[in-house]
This record gives sequence, C-alpha cells and structure tokens, in this order.
Amino acid sequence: MRTILRKVFLVDLLQGMWVTFRTQHPKNIVTEQYPFERPKVAERYRGAPRLNINPENGQTLCICCDLCALACPEALIVVGWERNPETKRKDLVTFTYDTSRCMFCGLCEDACPVDALELTQDFELASYSREGAIFDRQILEEGIQPKKYVF
Amino acid sequence: MAETFLDSTELVLNMGPQHPSTHGVLRVIVKLDGEKVLGTECVIGYLHRGVEKIAENRTYTMFAPYVDRIDYIAAVSNGLGYCLAVEKLLNVEAPARAQAVRVILTELNRIGSHLLWLGTHALDIGAITPLFYCMREREYTLDIFEKYCGARLTTHAFRIGGLQYETYEGFEKECLDFCDLFLPKVDEYEELLTGNRIWRERLINVGILNEADCKAFGVTGPMLRAAGCKWDIRKALPYSGYEKYDFEIPTRENGDTYDRYIVRMQEMRQSVRIIRQAVEGLPTGPITAKVPKVIKPPVGEAYVSIEAPKGELGYYIVSDGTTQPYRCRVRPPSFVNLQALDRMSRGSLVADLVAIIGTIDIVLGEVDR
Repeated sequence: MRTILRKVFLVDLLQGMWVTFRTQHPKNIVTEQYPFERPKVAERYRGAPRLNINPENGQTLCICCDLCALACPEALIVVGWERNPETKRKDLVTFTYDTSRCMFCGLCEDACPVDALELTQDFELASYSREGAIFDRQILEEGIQPKKYVF
Repeated sequence: MAETFLDSTELVLNMGPQHPSTHGVLRVIVKLDGEKVLGTECVIGYLHRGVEKIAENRTYTMFAPYVDRIDYIAAVSNGLGYCLAVEKLLNVEAPARAQAVRVILTELNRIGSHLLWLGTHALDIGAITPLFYCMREREYTLDIFEKYCGARLTTHAFRIGGLQYETYEGFEKECLDFCDLFLPKVDEYEELLTGNRIWRERLINVGILNEADCKAFGVTGPMLRAAGCKWDIRKALPYSGYEKYDFEIPTRENGDTYDRYIVRMQEMRQSVRIIRQAVEGLPTGPITAKVPKVIKPPVGEAYVSIEAPKGELGYYIVSDGTTQPYRCRVRPPSFVNLQALDRMSRGSLVADLVAIIGTIDIVLGEVDR
C-alpha cells in the first residue's frame, strides 16, 4: 500500500526535485564569469614561461647551461649563446621556447639551477598564428601581453 | 560482421566516432534487429598517440608527464603507477611522507574520476542535473591539485623516488574540509538518483556481466566488484602504504549497471575514509628517496599494478641498463574492460547500449594510448 502511494504521489521524483530546488539560491552560484572576472590561479601554477631578469642590474639570470633544453621531453627549448672573449663567460643571445608543443610539465623549471626559467601564472596563451606560439627572448623576458578586450 | 551486412531484417549501424555518448572517439559497429542489439564490434585507435613507443625514446624522468595523458581523468593514478614501476626497477622506496601524500592525491583523483563518470553517465541516461553537481565537487579536488603541483588535469604530481613538491600551507586542512563537505554531497547524488524510478528502470538488469565472465575477460575494478568478486589491488597487493589504512571493498552481487553505480558511490565514501586517515597520520620527514640524478636502472624488468579508478592499471618496464626504457607496456583498465561490451550488450536495446558504454567508464585516451 505504502509503495503504491509513494508511486502515485511521485515521491521519488519529488525527492530529486527538492535537491534541485535547494540549490537555486543565488549564493550557491559557482560559475565564474571568465572574461569579466579573471580567476586567480595558484602560486605554483605552470603557465606561460618567463625568463627572469636580475632586478638589480637588468641582466638576464640565465647562465646558458642548456640544462632546460636537455631536460625538456619535447626538445622545444633552444638556447643560443656565444663566448664573451673578455669575461670568458657565456652570454645569452637568443632563447626560443615553442609553447605550441609545450605540455607544461615543469621539468625545465626543475632543471634550472639559477631559477632563471620559470613557469608563471599567466594562462592566456592563445595566438592567431603558429609563429605566435613560439616565444623569443623578448616575449619571455617581458611576459605575454594578452589583449584585454573591453565589453 | 561483413557477411551479414544489410540482411533483410538486420541492420548494421555505426555509432560514433563522433557520438556524444561514446565518451570520446570510440566507434561501435552495431548489428541491429529493429531496436535489439545482435552484436557489437568496437573500432578503436582514433586517439592513438603511441605513448608506449614514445617511452622508448625518452629518459625515465622525461616520460613521466606523458603517462598523465594516457588516462587524463585520473592522471595522478597513472603517474603513481609509472613511478612505482621505475622505483621497483631501481629498488628504492619512497619515504613515508611521500607515500602518504601519494595516497591522498590518488584517492582525491579517484573521487574526481568517479564524479566525472557519474555526471556523464547520468547525462547519457537523461539526468542532466547531477552533472553540474558532480563538476562542482570535482572542482575542489582539482583546486587541491592546482595548489599542490600547479596543474589541474595533467598533473605530473609525482617524481621517481618521491615527490617534487612539498605540500603547501593549509593542504591538510583543505583535504579534511573537502572530506567533510563531500560526504553529504554523495548522499545528495544518491537522493537524486538511487531511488529515482527512471534511473532504476534504465539501470537494473541492464548489461549484466557475471563474475565468471568478468574473470574470463580480465575485467577489473568496480565492474568486477559489482559482480561479487572482492578483488582490490589496494588490499590484495598493497602498494604505497595502503596496508596501513582501514577501508572496505564494496561489492554487489548482480553485476548489472545499477550495481556498478552503487559500488562506485560506495567507493567514493571509502576514498574519503582513506583520505581522512592519511591526512591525520601524515608523517613528517623527507619527500624524496635517494635517487641518482640520471636514472639508469640495472638490466631487468618490473611489473607494478595499482588500483586506478577504472580498474587494474599496470606498468611493465624492461630496462636494458641505459637511461631510456627498452620497452614500456601499459595495461590499461579501460581497454580491457571495453572488451566485455559485446557480451554485455547482446540482446539489449540501442538505448541501453548507451548506458552500457557509460557504465564501463572508459577513457579513450587510455583505450588507444
């Protein structure tokens, strides 16, 4: 008898409806309004690469040891350097980082002995061309500047 | 199947590879008699990337991020399986703290994987609401991954010999908060679905696979447990310190789609139990064992299997003494479980076929590798 009544009055369906109804309150909204509100990603987030510069003298921190290029599974980092005849040290000339093939595993970051190469919190990496995804030294040092659209 | 092509009453149809209910690029050739399924044949390989071949051209450290992409829903479990296999080759063991953190993260990943399964499976059956709730709770696990290792989906959380990252500040509290928050939510999903008459009608006695068939096909994971076999690698062959935790293996008898649903719901509750115990007993100490910088395991082979959310996930690695594996074979649970599709769907209706594909919990990245 009870089961028949439960069936007739759609108790099982109403139970489910009640769960849906409970979450209707505006304070339960969890959707992020992405382009309007940019989410704050975690501190350890592995996003766009950056080549750090020494804030004191504006020189690059990179010592051209090539360890990042060797650690990269996709071999997408190319470090170009030349020997400085005066100081007998390596000077960084070019640094290319192909983000189109990058899987942001963070192995290059782990390999860097001087914390020059870093994966940052920037995550807006889209570009209109394939060439745009290949970061040269300038983009790596200045960081990506995504176009901020005004709505 | 070709000889019966377009018989007067029988019809051969392609389901997929772009069908939304095949959970990826799976093509199922279905032989139909009206609405009744006479037989199915899976065509796979649309997502083949040759992960096992890639392993032969990468060093052991370099290959670790690729395994995340095998089963991208449960990337942490894949990473754990690979790291354990290489550690076995090297004959090292991760320190106690690393093991506990590994357990916490893999269990969180299991919850995340089961939540995604529940949401999409319910969506296939016609219940749209649970998907949003499941995604809402899955977000918490992804947030913990993001804060811990910097990525949400393809995490690359573990390294050979332990961990790369120390836990962040507030990690324990966030995990415990998630446990407190999550248990009532499981009840909420059950309230939505378990008693619902449409859900029951669609699932009970659909896609039955009994224990003997499960064993014959090599089906593992929740599908095997729903058929009544109490087999869980975490209990049977404990790894990463699972023997220290107190949890149960949920089983059911019938082995139909509904039982698999119940087993997975229970598993989520058990995962919460494991996370609680692991967080409360989180030891202090080092997070990496002594592993050489250039990993060069001695000549030999190792097979390690772990309990991934979808079933038994195995890594078989052969080392020839160089820095690169000679062979890396992955035993993916979804690929093996998918082979039972034909047995389960014979005699059912086309609409049930969707439910059966959903209940296997396949990830095509793992099926094709």
